[in-house]
Amino acid sequence: MSRLGKITRRALLFGAAAVAGGAAFGYWYVATPYSNPLEGDLADGEATFNPYVKIAADNTITVIAPRAEMGQGISTTLAALVAEELDVPLEALTVEHGPASWAYYNAAMLEEGGASAFYDESTTAEIMRSVMGRVSKVFGLQGTGGSSSTRDGFVKMRQAGAAARSMLVAAAAARLKVPAGDLKTSAGSIVHEASGRSLTYGEVALDAAKLSPPADPPLKDRSAWTLLGKPQQRVDMLAKVTGAPIFGIDVTLPDMLFGTVKLSPRFWAAPTKVDLAAAGKMPGVVKIVPLATNYGHGFGIIAQNTWAAFKAAEAIEAEWDAPEYPPDSAAIAKVLSDGLASPDGFVMRDDGNVDTAFADAPREKVVEADYSVPYLAHAAMEPMNATARFKDGVLDLWAGNQGPTITRRLCADALGIEPDKVTVHTPSLGGGFGRRIEVDFSLCAALMAREADGRPVKVVWTREQDMRHDAYRPAAAGRLQARLGDDGLPVALDMKISAPSIMASTVRRLFPSMSAPGSDRTIVDGACNQPYTIPSYRVTGIAAPVTVPVGSWRSVGCSFNGFFHEGFLDEIAVAGKTDPVELRRRLMADFPAAVKVVEKAAEMSGWGTPPPAGKAKGFAFTLSFGSWVAEVVQVADTPDGIRIENVWIAADVGTALDPGIIEAQLVSGAIYGLSAAMGQEITFADGMVEQSNFHDFDAMRMPQCPRFEVAILENFHRMGGVGEIGTPPAAPALANAVFALTGKRIRALPLAKEVTFA
Amino acid sequence: MRLIVDGKPMEIDADPDMPLLWALRDIAGKTGPKFGCGIAMCGACTVHVGGVAVRSCSLPLGDVDGEVLTIEGLAQGGKLHPVQQAWLEEQVAQCGYCQAGQIMSAVALLDQVAEPSDADIDEAMAGNLCRCGTYPRIRAAIKKAAALKTAGI
Repeated sequence: MSRLGKITRRALLFGAAAVAGGAAFGYWYVATPYSNPLEGDLADGEATFNPYVKIAADNTITVIAPRAEMGQGISTTLAALVAEELDVPLEALTVEHGPASWAYYNAAMLEEGGASAFYDESTTAEIMRSVMGRVSKVFGLQGTGGSSSTRDGFVKMRQAGAAARSMLVAAAAARLKVPAGDLKTSAGSIVHEASGRSLTYGEVALDAAKLSPPADPPLKDRSAWTLLGKPQQRVDMLAKVTGAPIFGIDVTLPDMLFGTVKLSPRFWAAPTKVDLAAAGKMPGVVKIVPLATNYGHGFGIIAQNTWAAFKAAEAIEAEWDAPEYPPDSAAIAKVLSDGLASPDGFVMRDDGNVDTAFADAPREKVVEADYSVPYLAHAAMEPMNATARFKDGVLDLWAGNQGPTITRRLCADALGIEPDKVTVHTPSLGGGFGRRIEVDFSLCAALMAREADGRPVKVVWTREQDMRHDAYRPAAAGRLQARLGDDGLPVALDMKISAPSIMASTVRRLFPSMSAPGSDRTIVDGACNQPYTIPSYRVTGIAAPVTVPVGSWRSVGCSFNGFFHEGFLDEIAVAGKTDPVELRRRLMADFPAAVKVVEKAAEMSGWGTPPPAGKAKGFAFTLSFGSWVAEVVQVADTPDGIRIENVWIAADVGTALDPGIIEAQLVSGAIYGLSAAMGQEITFADGMVEQSNFHDFDAMRMPQCPRFEVAILENFHRMGGVGEIGTPPAAPALANAVFALTGKRIRALPLAKEVTFA
Repeated sequence: MRLIVDGKPMEIDADPDMPLLWALRDIAGKTGPKFGCGIAMCGACTVHVGGVAVRSCSLPLGDVDGEVLTIEGLAQGGKLHPVQQAWLEEQVAQCGYCQAGQIMSAVALLDQVAEPSDADIDEAMAGNLCRCGTYPRIRAAIKKAAALKTAGI
């Protein structure tokens, strides 16, 4: 997610120089340019050791897990990293998201944002990763995305725990007048076994926090882990089964008003004619506020309760400008296909010589296909919302969000105040999937709070506003061409992908003062960086000029390129009369981690045994966010339509920190992808989104849910992400299974346009 | 108007057309039931009225004709309901936003059918959407809850 544009390139220069000069970066808490944000806000008797650990005199141990908990279990795993080294049981910890702070920058979020593939470990690729990581550090980007949180936290959260433990032991040694080496730690206490004396962490915390942190706290060897690598009880589970008020939408403050928004039905369009009279007179309405933000125009309705605000929003009469983008889905599709036909574009993989390979290709050896996918909404279960209070020049904002420091900056800009006058509180997110990296819901609440005389306003969007004002997964079109060799394997693969640029769209909303970046890697992600060896292999991206807002949707570019690439590979297998699993095995021979997940998925699903009549299987593989994932989908022909019966997933995540959470995420990602592949699309007419709610943008439900079997492998030597990796192979595995069942090669999603699902 | 919510009588001063959900959330301070769609399509707002699972986002306050039970009133005497206990043991929730509704639908199902089949579960739970895809663990938890209830736990 390198969305820093020209600044990235400048950073590359000084970054590369520093690396080449052998500069050492030290440990994060020594080298961090940021102060500990917990220091200013400690309770009496409470001590903080670093931005991640606070200990109170009563031995209440608080761990800051500064990433958005949106269901992926990150608060549990980050807390477990600290708990492992601090020697405390997970259930003894209080886990908090903590304040917005540059100290919580996410280095891993940008590390894979360079041009190199994940498996590229050349010096150049490693320098790029290091530089990109430090770009995040320099800018203090606290964000949750790119399946990066455990990779970012793996060393620094353990160091936070180890450093705190070492300081606590040193303080206890001084207090007990014994050598530190004679002390052991267990369950939040320091024990001197020889004398039977012990102290709790809380009893020495204030003394310990005055000591200098160790420069190099040793970390436990993996063999000594007691929490990591094993399924943990999630720290958020009890709250979630008892209906506790943990979400942004549950925020309740004294004297609070309620509200909603009515935004322009055409993106970016301003109102041309407005009549607020009827709406303003409706019972319970307090005020109607015009809104203008980086996201466009609309109105905010402040009322005594949410229902009154919803009713008034319906009563607003407004006409809006024409759209600045092609007004309907057909016109947008034409822009995408024009992109495919144009000679423009940026080449992000170019092995061998594709032009030469096709120049003399006999027609019967060439496979060609065009693929396409629609725009998609995120449709998180919790509709967008935020609560804001603007009093005495200070903004307090409560919003389930994936980017607290960006939120703080843009809200400060919107109100014309300094960022240090903005406090961002991040409650649990009722789903994120990339939608909540956006700031629109926070900006609307901030602007409405400015008009509320210091009273807090909870602003909840209707599902219709949420569905129609997203930063969508872009529509995309792919043109693919392969030349087969005499053995049926591809000797050349040429792939062009045309899609609106997520980076350009995101820069417009979140970094409006920056220029849009040149080549948007997200357009080709999942296509240009797959572990296949094909002699001539070219991947070209084209940024299609359509300005409907697009953003990060679970797995981003891999969500469509996984479908294009793996659907087409299935076509190559059929044309070359090669079994799809055997095809992968042969093309991936240079990448043992890939071969192992392919073979594992094949073995679990009984791939070698032909399914009985009326059933069929499909296969797909995608390397995304540093993890290698193979999926097999089995479908059955039933009187009610095609039923998805089974899904087998084999994933290599390098190091599996919590197998229970990883299993849940793989299933979750696959269901998210299958839901979209089966039936979801966002379409446009007259510049407006046509879908509005779950009746016309539904998702998989209980009766459709297949049986899942998941295998988690740890063969690769670097850790991969987890939250998004189940999604990319789901659509192609399903489409390939539908082909195997019906003989219909469906190259445009959603599949339900061509077949019926039970 | 007078309602009994989670065993406690309350006076709610609101438009009788206001959906029960908003009366619970904005006026009665019961934020356990969630807003998801407003058109009874997702089930996040599910509560019981007179022992029956209803979508509170689409039930006008004036039509409420029984005691209201929300997720917040499910645990009794500090002890989780067997369905909540099963959800905990199976580690069902991810984002957790739909789970109040899922649990209330599951409680209603088990009140009707002590040992539900897969088909019973499909039918009773089809109205509850989960975007995190927790369905396999929900199914396992319902079966575990049935066993817990039968065992009197």
